[in-house]
Amino acid sequence: MLSQHSELKTGNNADADFIADHLLHRLYRLQQQHRHIPPQLMVEVAREFGLPVSQVVAVVNFYSFLYQQPVGRYHLLFSNCTSCGYQAGEVNLLALLCRQLNIASGQTRADGVVSVDETSCIGMCDHGPSMLVNGVPIVNLDEGRIKQLCNLIAAEQSLDDWPADWFRINNHIRKPDLLLNAPLECGDSLKKALAGDALLMLESIMQSGLRGRGGAGFATGKKWLFCREAESDTRYVVCNADEGEPGTFKDRVLLQCHADALFEGMTLCAYGIGAKKGFLYLRGEYRYLLGHLQAVLRRRYDSGLLGASILGQAGFSFDIEIVIGAGAYICGEESALIESLEGKPGIPRIRPPFPVTHGYLGRPTVVNNVETFIAATHIVQYGSAGFSAVGTEKSSGSKLLSVSGDCRTPGIYEYPYGVSIQQVLDDCGATQVQAVQIGGPAGSLLAKKDFNRQISFEDVSTGGSFLIFGENRDLLSINRNFARFFAHESCGFCTPCRVGTRLLENSIGKIADGRATWRDVDEIKQLSGFVRHYSHCGLGHTAANHILDSLRHFPGDIQNLLVQQAFTPAFDLDAALETARQMTQRDDADAHLE
Amino acid sequence: MTETTGTIFIDGKAVGFMQGQTIMDAALSAQVYIPHLCHYPGLTPSGNCRLCVVEADGRRAAACTTAAKAGQQISNNTAELNAARKVITQMLFVEGNHICPSCEKSGNCKLQAMGYHLGMLEEHYPQFNPRRVLDASHPDILLDRGRCILCGLCVRASHEVDKKNVFAIAGRGADAYLIVNTVSGKLGDSNLDVTDLAANICPVGAIMFKERGYVTPIGERIYDRQHISDVAMHEHVTEQKGDKKR
Ligand SMILES: Cc1cc2nc3c(=O)[nH]c(=O)nc-3n(C[C@H](O)[C@H](O)[C@H](O)COP(=O)(O)O)c2cc1C
Ligand code: SF4
Ligand code: SF4
Repeated sequence: MLSQHSELKTGNNADADFIADHLLHRLYRLQQQHRHIPPQLMVEVAREFGLPVSQVVAVVNFYSFLYQQPVGRYHLLFSNCTSCGYQAGEVNLLALLCRQLNIASGQTRADGVVSVDETSCIGMCDHGPSMLVNGVPIVNLDEGRIKQLCNLIAAEQSLDDWPADWFRINNHIRKPDLLLNAPLECGDSLKKALAGDALLMLESIMQSGLRGRGGAGFATGKKWLFCREAESDTRYVVCNADEGEPGTFKDRVLLQCHADALFEGMTLCAYGIGAKKGFLYLRGEYRYLLGHLQAVLRRRYDSGLLGASILGQAGFSFDIEIVIGAGAYICGEESALIESLEGKPGIPRIRPPFPVTHGYLGRPTVVNNVETFIAATHIVQYGSAGFSAVGTEKSSGSKLLSVSGDCRTPGIYEYPYGVSIQQVLDDCGATQVQAVQIGGPAGSLLAKKDFNRQISFEDVSTGGSFLIFGENRDLLSINRNFARFFAHESCGFCTPCRVGTRLLENSIGKIADGRATWRDVDEIKQLSGFVRHYSHCGLGHTAANHILDSLRHFPGDIQNLLVQQAFTPAFDLDAALETARQMTQRDDADAHLE
Repeated sequence: MTETTGTIFIDGKAVGFMQGQTIMDAALSAQVYIPHLCHYPGLTPSGNCRLCVVEADGRRAAACTTAAKAGQQISNNTAELNAARKVITQMLFVEGNHICPSCEKSGNCKLQAMGYHLGMLEEHYPQFNPRRVLDASHPDILLDRGRCILCGLCVRASHEVDKKNVFAIAGRGADAYLIVNTVSGKLGDSNLDVTDLAANICPVGAIMFKERGYVTPIGERIYDRQHISDVAMHEHVTEQKGDKKR
């Protein structure tokens, strides 16, 4: 069975250690087994977990990697990111793949052997066009590999026999600094912290000026202190490894190379706030890292760095479990993540109350990014003074950037905060740059005149994504890509985002198709304002940034595509007649409008 | 009179509130209308429709989910906010299949009444024309998902008041849709009863009674006689069965 082979690749038939007994995991296994989750199994699972059937149905419907209709035995999900996606220069690799396999994207071939679809960025942006094959990433795809891959599928070759280098994922650490250079011995920071009072440790995190690396930039020490002070007998530590922002892959590399420092940071947090339980919420796209992460956890338990009486300190126990997502960008939003941890669709909660007081199961919970926990470990180990000496006034320390797109050496670049965009471009060998998108589709699009600006919370803030667009890139196609991303990833809870992101996608499509007028542009501007100001969560608040930035910095690109008339209808009249033509089996001139 | 613990100012008007009340609660008890569709006093607020977004101390916030705080300055009935509310209403119209002229709910429909309230004269955006499954399996109740605005009122009413948990919302983004919590997914297999709050609370024509057409003629229906801002002042969930307001 193919599913077993793919389980080998993902290390998933290793013991189920440190994997929570979780609805998403149960559904994932069923998906692997049956290639979809038929209704009667949803009913069974609901019974097993003591949940209403509707909750299981809602979960299956919400997450991209759970299906109600069978996918193929080879299930291919091509990334549609602007960096690791299928558009390789002029060549559309997805179209090529579909042609070769005789299949349409979004479908399962009638023989059940193969299915193809697109998926949001899979975090392989430093590896060129990439896809997930039965959940496992294969990278550096080009026309040759696509053809070869189709042959392997035609021969129904097991994934284990596919070329090993397709699966080889490099770390591409191009420029280490504060965090990546410093040696961190397992347990050293913990020993230091345990030697003193927990409050003392929190104090030093606060003094370091560390702010969250996941995007919002909340002061980490303060967050931990608030959580500690919240009324409760139970607290939780959650690491946000959902890394869904297109163009970001630094957490992938950190999980691969610095998992110990991450788990140590979570343990420090547990010590600081008084938590006994922690979760690593790993995006489904990174499931291939599971075996590695489990091995690190096993080692830490064996060395007394996790479990009961950590480092011999009676009364300090802490356990970490891994929960793996199933394809939903919104689950990176901390309250949606918590909902997902609780086995529900990832719908962002009403905030306040914030997770620090009402988080997982309603208990005080710290949610931090992977990089934030690792920085905390560093601070406890090397002191807060050294950390705050690096960076700028309001942005202490360093930032890992995931650099990709049109440059010579994509990969991980770590800089002290305050580095200029131009510096990064120079270091990664990016010349003839038209624009950079910093912070992913939700961040800011910057033109040349802004390349002297700095990466910092005071100036250009980013969770880590640094996408470079060369001079010959069509920016509007980038906008179109981003607009689709948001429409696809909107959770659907609130009206302005659920409907507005779809309307924006259509309007941008209209421009790109050369059917829009200046009036459509005005409409986009207004609509963008409504989506931004009236949505419920950060996804909606930022979903229109990219198009507003484009209109501001590159108005000419869009104007050139506009039709010089006052109004054109949103729909193509002639195309609307297509169904009628098919029904009457006509395609002659009279069956068309023009 | 109820005792107040503080005062907020809605468009300059002083409004008292009690500890734990939201801006919406306070406004309604002071007979101040803040437009809303997904909120129904007595049920847990959700904040999904976004019509009740106001400016509280300069920041936009949903009135139904934001706690009132002493001294808060709130803008509600402003041209800017009402313009946004109109857009949100238009979004709800184009997202579903709202067949007002032939809809039995016409005149009793809050979405329609909201359109009138906000001076909405056109749908403005292109129609989505979604294909959503209609469920006619229940002997007395029809579920037409095409007219559902995903407000979640039936979900909450069933869960919190009827204690039945008949409905849920599934799917993501524009594919979100109402589901029925039965093994078959059919309404006919649920224990939904015509007297349940969940069967009566739908603001639009998505949950309707069968074989009960046009008992009240068009022209004499709720919103034909009263403005939505007045009707909203008298809405509250009563816990007793059989005494449920539309
Ligand atoms: C739509 C959306 C997606 C997000 N995705 C992520 C993510 O993938 N990883 C992350 O660390 N934070 C993400 N965040 C930010 C989290 O909500 C939260 O602020 C963060 O995990 C807190 O950790 P930090 O303080 O260490 O940054 C996202 C926020 C939003 C609104
Ligand atoms: S803004 Fe978008 S993602 Fe956030 S709650 Fe609303 S619909 Fe969901
Ligand atoms: S059926 Fe009616 S009450 Fe239920 S979610 Fe849809 S619109 Fe709201």
